[in-house]
Amino acid sequence: MKPIIEIQNVSKQYLLGEAAGIYGSLREALTSAVRNSFRGMVPGSRSSEKGNSRREFWALQDISLDIEKGDTVAIIGSNGAGKSTLLKILSRITDPTGGQVIVRGRMASLLEVGTGFHPELTGRENIYLNGSILGMRKEEIDAKFEEITNFAGIGKFLDTPVKRYSSGMYVRLAFSIAAHLDPEILVVDEVLAVGDVAFQKKCLGKMAEACQQNRTVLFVSHNLAAVEALCNKGLVLQHGRAVFSGTAKEAIQFYLQNVSGEGAPSSSHIVDLSKAAGRVAKYRPQLKRVELYTENDQPLTGEFPVGGPLKAIITIGLEEPCTSFDASIAFDTTSGQRICTAHSAYEPSRVHEERQGEQVFICQIPSLPLLPGEYRVGVGLDIAGYEVDWVDDAARISVIKSDFYGTGIVPTRGTFLLQNRWILQSADTQVEA
Amino acid sequence: MSRRDLRVTISKGLTVNSAFELVIKPRRGWQPVDLTEIWFYRELLGFLVWRDIKIRYKQTALGGFWAILQPLIAMLIFAGLFGRVAGLKGDGSPYPLFVFAGLVPWTFFSNAIGLSSNSLVGSEQMIRKIYFPRVFVPLGSILGLGLDLMISLGFMGILLAYFRWHISLAVLWLFPLLILTLMATCGIGLILSALNVQYRDVKYVVPFVTQMAFFLTPVLYPASHAPAKLAPLLMLNPMSGVVEGFRHALLGSSISWKLMTVSSVICVFLFIVGVFFFRRMERTFADLI
Repeated sequence: MKPIIEIQNVSKQYLLGEAAGIYGSLREALTSAVRNSFRGMVPGSRSSEKGNSRREFWALQDISLDIEKGDTVAIIGSNGAGKSTLLKILSRITDPTGGQVIVRGRMASLLEVGTGFHPELTGRENIYLNGSILGMRKEEIDAKFEEITNFAGIGKFLDTPVKRYSSGMYVRLAFSIAAHLDPEILVVDEVLAVGDVAFQKKCLGKMAEACQQNRTVLFVSHNLAAVEALCNKGLVLQHGRAVFSGTAKEAIQFYLQNVSGEGAPSSSHIVDLSKAAGRVAKYRPQLKRVELYTENDQPLTGEFPVGGPLKAIITIGLEEPCTSFDASIAFDTTSGQRICTAHSAYEPSRVHEERQGEQVFICQIPSLPLLPGEYRVGVGLDIAGYEVDWVDDAARISVIKSDFYGTGIVPTRGTFLLQNRWILQSADTQVEA
Repeated sequence: MSRRDLRVTISKGLTVNSAFELVIKPRRGWQPVDLTEIWFYRELLGFLVWRDIKIRYKQTALGGFWAILQPLIAMLIFAGLFGRVAGLKGDGSPYPLFVFAGLVPWTFFSNAIGLSSNSLVGSEQMIRKIYFPRVFVPLGSILGLGLDLMISLGFMGILLAYFRWHISLAVLWLFPLLILTLMATCGIGLILSALNVQYRDVKYVVPFVTQMAFFLTPVLYPASHAPAKLAPLLMLNPMSGVVEGFRHALLGSSISWKLMTVSSVICVFLFIVGVFFFRRMERTFADLI
């Protein structure tokens, strides 16, 4: 039998820079038209053309893959590796620049749950609207209606406009609709990171169900544990190229050894970020350097005691003068799950004034609440509230056991460390109080 | 893109149908219209139209009544101002009737152009995340206004009764005229919505140009009274024929067949250009929006 999806030499090119026409105005189009018609007649017009030249950027290059019916394929890669672009091409949202894909089955894609939800419409109305946007027929929705509302657990709010829903309810409803799609091929991008823990378990269960039903699933996630549990095949992307294809287990191993660790230095506490490999490809490097220190300004080169203090010094180079800029530092598990973020925007006494060129942010974390294990440190820069630079996996720290609570007991389960105090009272005292 | 009978695959719940094969590859140049696909997704168009109607008058006290009020208030102002003060006259029919008959298609046209030209940009999230025929977005907002058009047409009936004006068989002309209105609106709406994705200037230009165009459309005056200099412009205006035609159908006003023909041809032409222009532009929407 022919493969259900054949990806043949697929490439995708984007144009970056001001001339890319993003929010382009007619004025630009008109002036460039005028300039083109005068080209050669006016001296110097050529050089100005050059200065405005488009920056090409290949998000995907020459990707080929055959997917058999019933495969569950994980697409793994760091930020900006091209995973989402590949899914967008497969789900026909954007055209490839070269190559082709042959799809032999009904496909549904979930690049974000709740797409097309309208806040003014009720839950019931949104189920029909969203279901139909995702490619369900009305009779199909009718048939599954009860299942959807039960799964979401929104029973009595069915006729309330979704703008009055709590964000949890909203997401649950959105996922439930998506989960009840019955396509032969399901394309999923990071939807598992929604809702509370109980609901996430339910979602994973639903995904596992889909995988067992001999359905073909394409799955992009940073959650490598979920990938390992759900998928049988894996494709590793790096800078828009397929660098590995094999079983899911092998792919994860390859990714951890060759891709995610690339450029992650552990020998020095000062990391040069200007050429970091973990940078999202579309960003220009404005983050220059990050330095990590622990207790008494001791350089941090790897091992770090549970709950210890952390000082991060982030050096940035602002290309243009700006007032509203913020740096952030985030801690992820090695499987890519975000634990927590420190952000200069969280600093109440942060003063905004115009600056340009090299600036230094100093971040003090009195007690880093990470459990023993390996962590990846990401560093980011926002200007006017938008992320303009981000380096994933800029540094690694390994948190080691230490007597944080002063009891000799270190928690081993959970995701982070909690400062807590306990008091024991006898039942009588409590009644009196 | 080639696509064969998807319907069978889905409604019968069969596994992969060997006849079904979708090829995704770069599209270049002009594309044919994929009617199979539009038919396949027809329910979605229905839902989008229904959504637009539902939302339009949500949280308004008067609701669907606005469909009547908009042309009614405009009519009262124009009839009062131009009829009494400036002494403009229709051609035999009472001036308020004359104006309202023209305002019915014009209000639909200008509202629909305004809504549809911003429709794609307003559905950015959907376009970036999900595939469906993009043409449904502007089409949905235009068709959604069809209900308002019907309501205001119904109100026209009440006005005719109030003025004791008898309609003739010419009223049957309304059907082809409504189709022409739809074609002109869709053509222009598709072009503008697609342009708006890349050039947000459209948003600012549209209200201004629609207002100018109102005076170049024989709504307040019969086309025959227009200055000779403006006659060619009037003829090129797709809505001239429609507005004159509406009055012929409802009030029995005389019309120039030359104007009707040219104007109608332009409606059809705009529709065809709009559809193909949109097909050409739509493949980059997700990247540019």
